[in-house]
Amino acid sequence: MSHTAHAVKTGMNRGWTEFKLSIRSPQDQSFYLFTSAVVMLYLFFNRDDVIEGTTLTYPTVALPSIIGAMIAFGLIIGPAYSLAMEREDGTLLRAKAVPNGITGYVSGQLVLHSLGLIPSIALLLIPGALLFDDLMSQGAEGWFTFAWVFVLGLLATLPIGIIIGSLVPGVQKVGTWGMLPILILLGISGIFAPMQGLWGWVQTVAQIFPIYWLGLGMRSAFLPEEAAALEIGGSWRTLETVAVLGAWAIVGCIVAPIVLRRMARRQSGSVVEAARNDAAQWVR
Amino acid sequence: MEGRERVIEVHDLRMRYGTVDVLEDVSFEVHSGEVVTLLGPNGAGKTTTIEILEGFRMRSDGSVSVLGVDPAAGSEDWRARVGVVLQSWRDHARWTPRALLTHLGRYYEPYSTPERPRPYEIEQLISMVGLEDHAEQKIRTLSGGQRRRLDVAVGIIGRPELLFLDEPTAGFDPQARREFHDLVHRLSDLEETTILLTTHDLDEAEKLADRILILAAGRIVADGSADQLARRVTRDAQVRWSRDGEQFVHATPDATSFVRDLFAQYGDEVADLEVRRATLEDTYIAMVQQHETGGADSTVNAFEGVKS
Repeated sequence: MSHTAHAVKTGMNRGWTEFKLSIRSPQDQSFYLFTSAVVMLYLFFNRDDVIEGTTLTYPTVALPSIIGAMIAFGLIIGPAYSLAMEREDGTLLRAKAVPNGITGYVSGQLVLHSLGLIPSIALLLIPGALLFDDLMSQGAEGWFTFAWVFVLGLLATLPIGIIIGSLVPGVQKVGTWGMLPILILLGISGIFAPMQGLWGWVQTVAQIFPIYWLGLGMRSAFLPEEAAALEIGGSWRTLETVAVLGAWAIVGCIVAPIVLRRMARRQSGSVVEAARNDAAQWVR
Repeated sequence: MEGRERVIEVHDLRMRYGTVDVLEDVSFEVHSGEVVTLLGPNGAGKTTTIEILEGFRMRSDGSVSVLGVDPAAGSEDWRARVGVVLQSWRDHARWTPRALLTHLGRYYEPYSTPERPRPYEIEQLISMVGLEDHAEQKIRTLSGGQRRRLDVAVGIIGRPELLFLDEPTAGFDPQARREFHDLVHRLSDLEETTILLTTHDLDEAEKLADRILILAAGRIVADGSADQLARRVTRDAQVRWSRDGEQFVHATPDATSFVRDLFAQYGDEVADLEVRRATLEDTYIAMVQQHETGGADSTVNAFEGVKS
C-alpha cells in the first residue's frame, strides 16, 4: 500500500473516531435535536396547507427541499468551521507535523462531515414519515435517486466548505464569509417556497449555486411525478442537476486541494500562538 | 565532534519581516547525537529559527540543511524522521491521550525500519512520559503539565532521528521537570536522538545541553558548553571566607592556588570558605546586558573566541 493510501485509511479512521466522539457529546446532540425540532415545528404548523394544483401538503413538498438544504449547509458550514477552528487550536499543525498528516486530516473531515449528516437527516426523515403523508412515494427508485443526489451533492459542496475554511482569516469571520451567503442562498433557492415567485435575475443567481439543485434533486427523489409540474419548466431537470452539481464537484475537487495546501503551508506555531492571543483579546 | 554527521547546518540564515531583520547571519551546526540548547531573550528569534528548521516557515535568505535536506522542500519521508514539540496546543479536546497517540502513531507505520521501529509501542510511550493514570481521560481535562507530557509523547512517537523542543518544560512542576530531563537523557543516550531545544530555564540548559547557543538580536552571539561560556565572560572565580568573624571576598582566575596560599598563611583561622565560578546565569545576564547597552556588534566580538 502506498504511503498516501495508508494516510487516507488512517484519516478515515480518524473521521470515524471523531464522529463517535461527536454523537456522544451533549453539545453536538443538542445541536442535532434543536435543528430537527425547529424544522418539525415549522412543518407541523403548516401541515394542513395543500399545494395548489396537487393533492400534496406543504410539509411533504418542503421536507425533501429542507433535507437537500441541510446537506449543503452541513457540508459547507461544517468543514468551514472545523477548518477555521482547527487552524487556530493547533489540530492542523499537529497533522502537518506527522508524515502525510494533512492528507489524513482531510480524509477525516470528509468522513466526519458525511457521517454527521446521518443523524441530521434521520432526525428529519423519521418524525417526518410519522407525521406527514406521501413522503417517499416512489419506493426503491426514489431511494436510488436520493443516493446519487446525496453523493453528487456531497462532492459539490464539501470542497466549498474546505475552501471557505482555508481562506477566512479567523473563526469569527466564518459568519460573514460562510454563514451569511449560505443563508441568503437558502432564502432564494426554493427551499421554503417555490422560487418562481422571485425576480428573474434572482432565480438565475440561485440556479448557479448547488443548493437549489440539491433541493430539486431531493424533491425528485421523494415526490410523485405529478409534483414536477411545480418546478421551473414543469420538469425535474435531472440532466441539468447532474451537470451543475457535477461541475461544482469537478471545480471544487481541483481548487480545494490547492487552496488547502497553500493555507497549510502557512501554518506554524507562531500562527497558532497569534490566533490564541487574538481570541483572548475581545477589545481592540 | 569532528567526523560525526552534521544533522543541522545553518549558514547566513536571514529572516526579514517587511524592513525588519528578525534573524541576520545566523550560522551554526548540530552534530548527530548532540543535545543543543538555544537560549535568548524573548523576541530574539528562537522560535523563528526553530520553525524554519522544522520546515514550518520560509526563510528570507541563507542556506539551511536538516538531515541533509532543505526543510523548505522537506518531503513526507523527511517529515517522518523529524519530531516536533511546539509551544502551545489546545487541540483534540475530546480525544483521550491513548486514542490520539494510537492515531498519530499510525502515520509512521510505513516508515518503520528494522533499526528504527516506528511508531513507539503506545503503552511504553505512555509510561515513558508518565501518563499511565491519565491515558483514558479526555485531553481537555488534563492539567498544563500533563498536556505538555502528551505533547512530548506526540513529538517522539515516530522515534525521530532529530527532535525539536520549543520550551518543553513550561508549566512543569520540579518533579515533572526532573522526569523530563531523564527522558531527554534517555532519548539521547539510548535512541541516539539529536535534540535541539529552546528554554528560558538556564539551569535546565546547563543540565541538558552538550552545547549552548545564545541568540540575541537575531545573531548567534555565543556557541559552546556551559563551562566554556562561563569562562568567556569572566575567568575569575569568587572566593569568600571569614576570619575572626570578618567577611572577605576575592576574585581570582586561579582559585585553587589562592585557597592554598590562604590556608598556608592563616591555617585554622579560615572559616565559611566558598568558591563560586560564574554560572550560566551570570554569563547569560552579562551577555544580554552587554547587548542591550553596547549593541550587538561588541557582544559578537566578545564571544567570537568561543565558537568552536
